[in-house]
Amino acid sequence: MVLILLTYAATLVPLLGFGLNYLFSPNPNLRDVSTLIVACITFSLVVLITFYNGSNSTELPALFTVMDGLDIRFHLEPLGLVFALIASGLWILTHIYGVGYMRANSEKNQTRFFAFFCLAIFATLGIAFSANLFSLFIFYEMLTLSTFPLVAHKGTGDAIRGSRVYLGILISTSVVFFLSGIIWVFTTVGTLDFRLGGIIHSYFGDFSTVLLLMLFAFGVGKAALFPFHSWLPSAMVAPTPVSALLHAVAVVKAGVFSILKIGVYIFGIDHLASTEASNWLIWLAAFTILFASIIAISKDNLKARLAYSTVSQLSYIILGLALATAIGALGAALHIVMHAFGKITLFMTAGSIYVATKKVEISDMVGLGRIMPLTFFAFFVGSLSIIGIPLLGGAWSKWYLLEGAVDADLLLIIVVLLISSLMNVYYLLSIVGRGFFLNSKGVDVKSKVVIKEAPILCLIPPIVTATGSVLLFFFAGRIINYLSPVFNYTGV
Amino acid sequence: MANPDVTFVAKSFMEHLPVYQVLIPFVSAPICVLFGNRKFAWYLTFLACFISFIISILLLNQVAEFGTISYALGGWPPPIGIEYRIDFLNAFLLVLVSGMALLTSVYLKGTIDLEVEKSNQTLFLTCLLLCVSGLLGVLITGDAFNLFVFLEISSLSTYVLVAQGANKDRRALTAAFDYLIMGTIGATFFVIGLGFLYAATGTLNMSDIAERIQGDLPDRTIQVAFAFILVGLGLKGALFPLHTWLPKAYSFSPTPAAVFLASTATKVAIYAIVRFLFSVFFSHPTMLETVLVNVVMPLGILAMFVAGGIAFYQRDLKRMLAFSSVSQIGYILVGLSFMSSKGLTAAIIHLFNHGITKGLLFMCAGVIFLRYKASFYKEISGLGRIMPWTSAAFLIGGLSLIGIPGTAGFISKWILVQAALEQGSWLIALAILLSSLIAVLYVWQVTEIMYFGDSSKKGSDIPIGSFSYFTIWVLAGATIFFGLSTSFTLEYSSEAARVLINEFILTD
Repeated sequence: MVLILLTYAATLVPLLGFGLNYLFSPNPNLRDVSTLIVACITFSLVVLITFYNGSNSTELPALFTVMDGLDIRFHLEPLGLVFALIASGLWILTHIYGVGYMRANSEKNQTRFFAFFCLAIFATLGIAFSANLFSLFIFYEMLTLSTFPLVAHKGTGDAIRGSRVYLGILISTSVVFFLSGIIWVFTTVGTLDFRLGGIIHSYFGDFSTVLLLMLFAFGVGKAALFPFHSWLPSAMVAPTPVSALLHAVAVVKAGVFSILKIGVYIFGIDHLASTEASNWLIWLAAFTILFASIIAISKDNLKARLAYSTVSQLSYIILGLALATAIGALGAALHIVMHAFGKITLFMTAGSIYVATKKVEISDMVGLGRIMPLTFFAFFVGSLSIIGIPLLGGAWSKWYLLEGAVDADLLLIIVVLLISSLMNVYYLLSIVGRGFFLNSKGVDVKSKVVIKEAPILCLIPPIVTATGSVLLFFFAGRIINYLSPVFNYTGV
Repeated sequence: MANPDVTFVAKSFMEHLPVYQVLIPFVSAPICVLFGNRKFAWYLTFLACFISFIISILLLNQVAEFGTISYALGGWPPPIGIEYRIDFLNAFLLVLVSGMALLTSVYLKGTIDLEVEKSNQTLFLTCLLLCVSGLLGVLITGDAFNLFVFLEISSLSTYVLVAQGANKDRRALTAAFDYLIMGTIGATFFVIGLGFLYAATGTLNMSDIAERIQGDLPDRTIQVAFAFILVGLGLKGALFPLHTWLPKAYSFSPTPAAVFLASTATKVAIYAIVRFLFSVFFSHPTMLETVLVNVVMPLGILAMFVAGGIAFYQRDLKRMLAFSSVSQIGYILVGLSFMSSKGLTAAIIHLFNHGITKGLLFMCAGVIFLRYKASFYKEISGLGRIMPWTSAAFLIGGLSLIGIPGTAGFISKWILVQAALEQGSWLIALAILLSSLIAVLYVWQVTEIMYFGDSSKKGSDIPIGSFSYFTIWVLAGATIFFGLSTSFTLEYSSEAARVLINEFILTD
């Protein structure tokens, strides 16, 4: 009973935030503080839920039944709770950051911006708690629609074009592939419930499993699998806080989370392994990893580079599932967490650089590290975590993914992962190197550098997330223990 | 302690519900003219529509409780007299038509002064009442010729309603004339078809015809009759490519007329097609199958794509909505052509869901049109900031057209795709989903203009009655409600489909 109330409260509070934003729109300070409180309440509720629920899987009663077998229903299980924790936790930091960023750039329509941010979080929590494919789909579409105003925020020609690509790809893939996959499962199996071990194994043969997996892998466009990845770079026209939360955490992670959840709870890892239905996906994901990394290297715009890096990193998660081993899938789940912290740090620092200096091209950032040392240090830590250097959280997820590849006897995949890490080193650390060690032409090396960081609200959050990346290295064991029942994983 | 007289009146009222359903709006129409007072005419219209709505709900209840109702008009038993025959299908649609009539009558209270000259208002309302009674009559009757009569009553009054738009835009006159010509051709085709049927069977009662054509009648006559009826009703129902009258008629007619027609008129014609297919010609399954699979289904799919594509290239809100209607009718046709219980359910539920969605969209478009004097995209740019509530309601309707989950349109699409998969028609399922992408295109174009365009024009401050906004939000609420709770719509439409299919299977 307590859990039911807590879960509904946690999902409804962000919705309340949506209303409060419009209510308080004449008074920006009150508006932003109230949203901050809403974010904190949401996070504490999710923490409470996690605390009460533990590693169990708890079914909640249906909110309502649309037709026979189609419920809007929530359930609580470790994977979804971890996702909810990250999304709601990082929301607090992003909100603080967003307030700083939007005010420093004196953007228009701030009320709409923060209001739809709340709505997007509501949809994200809905995805995290969904107990069946139908509910998941509803919240998935809601997330797409509610983030559209955020991406198109500036309202310029570029912003409109970018957001069209964003909406176009996400809606088309979901309506054509995702929805037909769902209806196929429903007509064949008769239920859409997420169950541990999957629901389709006695209905779908080898070939149809492959086909169904294709529908889901391409249908969940938010996972940005090649060739449906181009919405992500297009969406970078959004203000940076949006890129930070939505394109490092909520939207893209909702995509890979959905795929992971469908893989574990609809297909079942054992079924995937026995039918070898996901073999093609391993190679496609590997291709996406390398392909996106190469493009990332070629980009000079910082946000574009980070966007392609995200595309590449998302495919790590898909790859982990496609390996169809318990340890690979666990690595995938872990990577959702680790990458979220690393990438949000990078995006926020990119935004801070923009706020402080209005620079967006990497080639212009020469010597900037001395002017903004804290920002660049945070960027450095985030980069190390993405690369997967030990003492940072990212090391663990890469470790488990590699182990998964070994389990699946795919040595070539190990090579792919290693090459990708090298490319990460190149395209991320080169930025740090330029910032700290190169000097822009005409500036005397010995002259005194004036430190000019971004406003404090834009500075603190990336430092906190960077610290988080370090802490995750030490607390990864807890997350693994918490998640292990989902994957039937027994040995650390 | 019920007064015996009261119980007697109530009882006889309940017994004669079917005839009251048509009679009340029908008789109210001349009373409006006789009194000639526009205020009185509005109250009477509202009252008549309200009572009709109540009756339709009572009828639906009776059908749900006792099964099909057969009512002999004037006490003359069928097949000699005219029979009113109500099963789940028409009981369900009666609720839609009378409900939309009620909402339209409330809606027009807020807008009629801006659109129709005061001296014409009484006549406008009279025609609306006639149109309502005609459509209700088409739905309720079990007699083929009576159906024709009601169809003409509704069509003739519709021509007048459309022509009333001339006040704002003279092109309404050609639109009405176009519609008149096409509608008359349709009616003629239909009545020729009936003539053949009468020649072959010697009866006009539909169930009687159905019984008699099972025998060894000359097949050719039946086929010709079927073809004429299908084309005739197809014209009235704007089946692609017989839709050319529709966009003009909808976009130039006065707003309340457009709302009512868009949400009911074509639906009723399609109802008549369904009725003839599954309650009259069901004993010739091979003929039906040939026509449905080879003609109706391809045309339906073509409609979804071509009309949707045309809608995308429109630059006027009302015309876009009109073409979108043609495209949505395509879904209904595809649903019919599966000839399965699921497919029919999808078709019937989409009749209903699309009815309320389109009603909502035209109501919004009407309010916008009146305020801006035009509904071209370039005029309504930035509307989201000037009329936030109406824009939001329009967005809800648009999402329902696309079939976003949580709206009524999603339910129809879901069942339709299920029906396609049930038949193993993968390609059709895919076509349905792909065509909703076209809906995304034409809906999103408008949304973008509304919310992200520059708001250079403020629009006039013409006061539009709060009645209109009230009905807009009633329908917006209904669009969401029926997207989340299907117990009403799905139960009755699947029940209706089951009844129709049962007859079909028994003879197969």
